[in-house]
Amino acid sequence: MTLLDIQNVSLEIHGKPILRDISLSLQQGRILGIIGESGSGKSMTAYSVMQLLPDGSDTSGQILINGFDVLSAPEDALCRLRGNEVSIVFQEPMTALNPLMNIGNQVAEAIRVHEPSTPNHVAMQRARSSLNRCELPADRFPLTLYPHELSGGQRQRVVIALAIALQPKLLIADEPTTALDVTTQAEILALLRRLVLEDEMGLMLISHDLAVVTDMADEIAIMKDGEIVENLPSQVSFKDLKHPYSRALFAASGYIPARVRSDQTEPLLSVRNLVCDYHLPRASLLGPAKYFRAVDDVSFDIRKGESLGLVGESGCGKSTLARAILGIQKLSKGEIHFDGMRINNEQDVESDIRRRMQVVFQDPYGSFNPRHRVDRLVSEPFHLYKTPLTKSAKQEAIASALRDVGLEPNDQYKFIHEFSGGQRQRIAIARALIIRPDLILLDEATSALDVSVRAQILDLLAELSESYGLTYLFVSHDLSVVRSITDRVLVMKDGKIVEHGETDDVFSAPKHSYTRKLIASAPRFLQATTR
Amino acid sequence: MLRFAILRLVSLGLSLVVASIVIFTLIEIIPGDPAAFMLGLNAQADTIAVLRAELGLDASPLERYFGWVTGMLTGDFGTSYTYRTPVSEMIGERLWISLPLALIALGLSTLIAFPVGILAASRRGSLVDTVVMGFTQLGVAIPNFWFAMLMVLVFSINLRWFSAGGFPGWDEGLFACLKALTLPAISLALPQASILARVMRSALVDTLDEDFMRTARAKGLTRKQAIRHHALRNAMIPVLTIIGLQFSFLLAGAIIIENVFFLPGLGRLIFQAISQRDLIVVESVVMLLVFAVILVNFAVDITYALVDPRLRRPS
Repeated sequence: MTLLDIQNVSLEIHGKPILRDISLSLQQGRILGIIGESGSGKSMTAYSVMQLLPDGSDTSGQILINGFDVLSAPEDALCRLRGNEVSIVFQEPMTALNPLMNIGNQVAEAIRVHEPSTPNHVAMQRARSSLNRCELPADRFPLTLYPHELSGGQRQRVVIALAIALQPKLLIADEPTTALDVTTQAEILALLRRLVLEDEMGLMLISHDLAVVTDMADEIAIMKDGEIVENLPSQVSFKDLKHPYSRALFAASGYIPARVRSDQTEPLLSVRNLVCDYHLPRASLLGPAKYFRAVDDVSFDIRKGESLGLVGESGCGKSTLARAILGIQKLSKGEIHFDGMRINNEQDVESDIRRRMQVVFQDPYGSFNPRHRVDRLVSEPFHLYKTPLTKSAKQEAIASALRDVGLEPNDQYKFIHEFSGGQRQRIAIARALIIRPDLILLDEATSALDVSVRAQILDLLAELSESYGLTYLFVSHDLSVVRSITDRVLVMKDGKIVEHGETDDVFSAPKHSYTRKLIASAPRFLQATTR
Repeated sequence: MLRFAILRLVSLGLSLVVASIVIFTLIEIIPGDPAAFMLGLNAQADTIAVLRAELGLDASPLERYFGWVTGMLTGDFGTSYTYRTPVSEMIGERLWISLPLALIALGLSTLIAFPVGILAASRRGSLVDTVVMGFTQLGVAIPNFWFAMLMVLVFSINLRWFSAGGFPGWDEGLFACLKALTLPAISLALPQASILARVMRSALVDTLDEDFMRTARAKGLTRKQAIRHHALRNAMIPVLTIIGLQFSFLLAGAIIIENVFFLPGLGRLIFQAISQRDLIVVESVVMLLVFAVILVNFAVDITYALVDPRLRRPS
């Protein structure tokens, strides 16, 4: 019998169509990959299977799990199904666990809910063995730990442990590694693959990341606007793709913008022996003060007109380094010079330096004040001018900045919620661009974007750097993006720069073992097929 | 956890010291000499001086401050200027009315607010939610003294279930006393319950949207189980804060209700003491209330840490 059989499922939420005529099937022991961009309905497909849909949802069609009809089942039957026959692993491990309950109880709860007669110590033992299976050994990860005492990858392992505690037949993983670093991602994917083999589960793996899915899945479905546009076997190459959207999607994910390299060697920014420490709370009332060294003796230059990449896992110190360059981080030792001027947050950074350095952040949703119109958002950096601009000059600058990033001058009268994620990131770039800076710091600026939007933004950045002679510092954990847009790259680990060099050299012949591990962890389906 | 408790305890002590200095200084600056006030307008300067010496008012402010503080530490709050009785006795009597009143009102408020808030949150957007929240809006808006008078009109004058005011004294038995405190406690509790229910609802509504609630449902918990086992405790932090604030307010802020029901509580004591320039009583009652507020905050802080492991064991 087919493990999961979805036939002609359509979904409306408050009358708005979300899914249209979806048909999918999955056999036991197989992995079905679902690829789609945000809003394509891939998560809603998963929630339909578990019937964990928001209020006002109306599902039609048929969903069978081992012959059990999900859509006509009453709520109590669904409760018996969830966590027992079908489990799900969510995208955001940082918030998926109850912060007030220890991990042992959270895993054991899954057992107690379905087998209420289980004595407490047995439930705890089974929780223990489930955590062990997810590579959280008892000596380092006792059941009494709380989620805040674990890293993102470890929390995701707890979520997986509670999902597989009752050995369900079907496991759904909804973007299980999107929030994680490449090396952690590789570990979590290997864990999922092992569990699928051991328990002969069926796995429905949902991701926007084509490389992740093509690496893992036996079959692939590509979704767009609530529909499945293409079903594929796993070992596809680019030429097998029939639907134009699939082709566009695959092309975009390996996209390399055409760039012109600057040949200047003069440094714009130089960092020498930089050390940044954070104070930690004292272990005891009278004990010595402790500190955490986030940046440890780092030196490098950014040359005029170049695009420099800074890669490393979360917690490696790259954000602290970026903050130090922007002059908003206390320097413990060392010096930073920007075009000969010293950046030191002890005294206020001069507005002249600030004007010549701008930043674009990761989150296109959180980095704007929702109550201001775009004109005000974009023109914010104008306060760095010593003499204020005239109203007409300001208007002109706003209009031209918006045109530069591919928006209309009329967009300045709108509010930020009227724009999509990609458009917001364009507005963030317009805000950075408007006072004609020399250096733009891009802090994971494309990480939250879909592949096709990301390709457009990368093009835009390449174009702008050519027309305005911009220098970029591209901070990211996404190796493929860094590879496609930077000239040189720095690899950072535990506060130190472990490797640096020309981007192509570093990626094709990494010298440091950490760089090799980092590159090996990144799923690389596309290099082979799209080029 | 111990470290957290000790740190909070140190801050509690420091707050008390600062509060005592502020209270003492404020009362020093207020114009009006208690001795002159007691003796009336036509008093001779030398009689006033004698009385001042007798009351201990001629000592230096520093000496009087330390005398006051050391006295309080040994349970001696001084002697009232007006009534010539020990302040500790006066406060003791009044506290035995104000404290039970505050506790009953707080208990009532919590008992009403929790189910109402939970009901409204778990049916967010429904008719039940709208109606219940409409009532709490009304509860916040109605002044409690007006509501108190309304209750006197209905339950005392028309139905004759309760007396309209006064307090029989604890010698008359528990039942008689509780009966006398019922109407005042309800009038105090109702606005507090309305506020608390609204806080409970919004805290719970926020929690219901959290990702871990989805995880709980995906484990197979029913909606109710998920709320009971996961949401409620997470919604507790803002609710505890408000309960702490309400207790302090109820202890000291019942003055209007005490007047409506003619209850000899702390609120009325402080009001009388101020109008009679009985500064030693004012100082002591205010200090006592400050102590109560700080103690409640300490208890709330400790409860936070008990509820939330992130405070207990920061990573």
